[in-house]
Amino acid sequence: MQSDVPRRPGRGLARGIPAVLSVVSAFLIWETYVRLSGISPLMLPAPSRVLDQIVLNRALLWDNMVPTLKATFAGFALSLTVAFSLSVVLDFMPRVRRALFPIFVVSQTLPLVAIAPLVVLWFGFDLTPKVLLVALVTFFPMLVALVDGYGATDPEIEDLMRAMGATRGQIFRSARFPSAMPYFFAGLRISITYAVVAAIFAEYVGARAGLGIVILNAKNSFRPDLVLAAVVISSALTLVLFAITALLQRVVLRWREVGSTR
Amino acid sequence: MSLLDIQNVSVTFGATAILDEISLHVAKGEFVSILGPSGAGKSTIFRLLTGAARHDSGKITYNGQPLATKHHGFGFMPQRDALMPWRRIIDNLTLGLEVQGIHRKNARAQVTPLLADFGLDGFARHYPSQLSGGMRQRAALLRTIAQNRPVQLLDEPFGALDALTRTQMQAWFEMRWRAARWTTLLVTHDVREAVALSDRIYVLSRRPARVIAEVHVPAPRPRMGRRVSAEAHAVEAQLLEILLNQTGETL
Ligand SMILES: Nc1ncnc2c1ncn2[C@@H]1O[C@H](COP(=O)(O)OP(=O)(O)O)[C@@H](O)[C@H]1O
Ligand SMILES: [Mg+2]
Repeated sequence: MQSDVPRRPGRGLARGIPAVLSVVSAFLIWETYVRLSGISPLMLPAPSRVLDQIVLNRALLWDNMVPTLKATFAGFALSLTVAFSLSVVLDFMPRVRRALFPIFVVSQTLPLVAIAPLVVLWFGFDLTPKVLLVALVTFFPMLVALVDGYGATDPEIEDLMRAMGATRGQIFRSARFPSAMPYFFAGLRISITYAVVAAIFAEYVGARAGLGIVILNAKNSFRPDLVLAAVVISSALTLVLFAITALLQRVVLRWREVGSTR
Repeated sequence: MSLLDIQNVSVTFGATAILDEISLHVAKGEFVSILGPSGAGKSTIFRLLTGAARHDSGKITYNGQPLATKHHGFGFMPQRDALMPWRRIIDNLTLGLEVQGIHRKNARAQVTPLLADFGLDGFARHYPSQLSGGMRQRAALLRTIAQNRPVQLLDEPFGALDALTRTQMQAWFEMRWRAARWTTLLVTHDVREAVALSDRIYVLSRRPARVIAEVHVPAPRPRMGRRVSAEAHAVEAQLLEILLNQTGETL
């Protein structure tokens, strides 16, 4: 029925082994290639060199990671709040949903490359434009997931609640909202992977600090090793956020984890 | 006087006639079954009673009063169990009471003593997916009963079960019913079940459904878990003949 919603996130460490192996071997191949070919580190630095750069520049990376993380969290919190509030409004007012949905779809078609400089132009180099861009990028997957999720409620459960004398609000709280949770988490995980990237992109376009600025400066001074060091940090950030949502999902969707007798 | 009275009720969905001048009644404490082929319109009758559908003509009265649109005198058990997979069994059972505005804690206190009778002792904190089909049906039944409504509407409560479990559940249900005497309207397509449980049985034709027979079941109770009495046998034979004959008509 809900085939587009992953049934269970990875369970146990054993499942992660193939992934770890493939990542490690990719790095090994990369390292070996760089050493054997003698390619210049200005073209392609070896993973070991990138690692060295992370250690050497840890203070710089840390100081610039904090603003990126702030923008990501603030943007995400904003987008989550708006997406949820709006989803409730849309669920109770189907007409409004039909009127507004095209606008949201259009908001997703705007190329970030064009929008980001404009937002920076309007809101300056501080936190605001980054928060807005993160929110813009992460908002839609969550909104769609929630709206779809409400719609996927078992009609028989709704009929039952109506027969019990439930109000529309009670039906929303007790049936539609919980029904939407698996969908919501699917949307959340898509959003979270966009969030850090959006923050970095916004910084890249204009900011005082942040991983995006580190990348920009490193690129301008021909330091691909430092660019990659910042990339590693940003990927790690995304992975950590991803892990947090997976953990949250396991708590909230515990009922999907329990053994089925059928 | 009958508690629930359905008089000449017709329903059409679009161009399709579903119910054709259906009349039936249920007295207080009575167990009445609606027996008919799949797709006849049995569930539709319940949808009228729970306010999920409207009839086009005819009259439904409850306690002598026309049935209000927002009437909640019925405990309704839908055809599939409709348990909420994200709620633990205990929280599924209290759903009806919560809807009535009873605090979750008090609702639990009301339901918990009933768990044992419904064979759900020790399963209160399980999720529906962890229960067998029979247990899920009992849970759905208890969720219905726990609402303390004066009339129970049960839509094929044992229809989804395997034959053995179904027979066990019917026997168990007969026992519970004999103890509690809920006013019950049961929908089924199972002749055996109707005869085993009912005081009276209405037989519906194929769609558009008409009442083609009303049969009293004089057999002594309990009827399950012992040899089928001669009276019950006679009623079963009579019902089968009615059902087969009316199928023959349409061929
Ligand atoms: N909303 C609807 N619109 C049109 N036809 C419907 C609708 N709901 C049910 N039906 C039709 O009404 C008939 C009776 O349905 P139902 O009452 O569920 O039958 P039963 O419970 O006896 O199997 C079926 O043929 C079904 O296809
Ligand atoms: Mg039905």
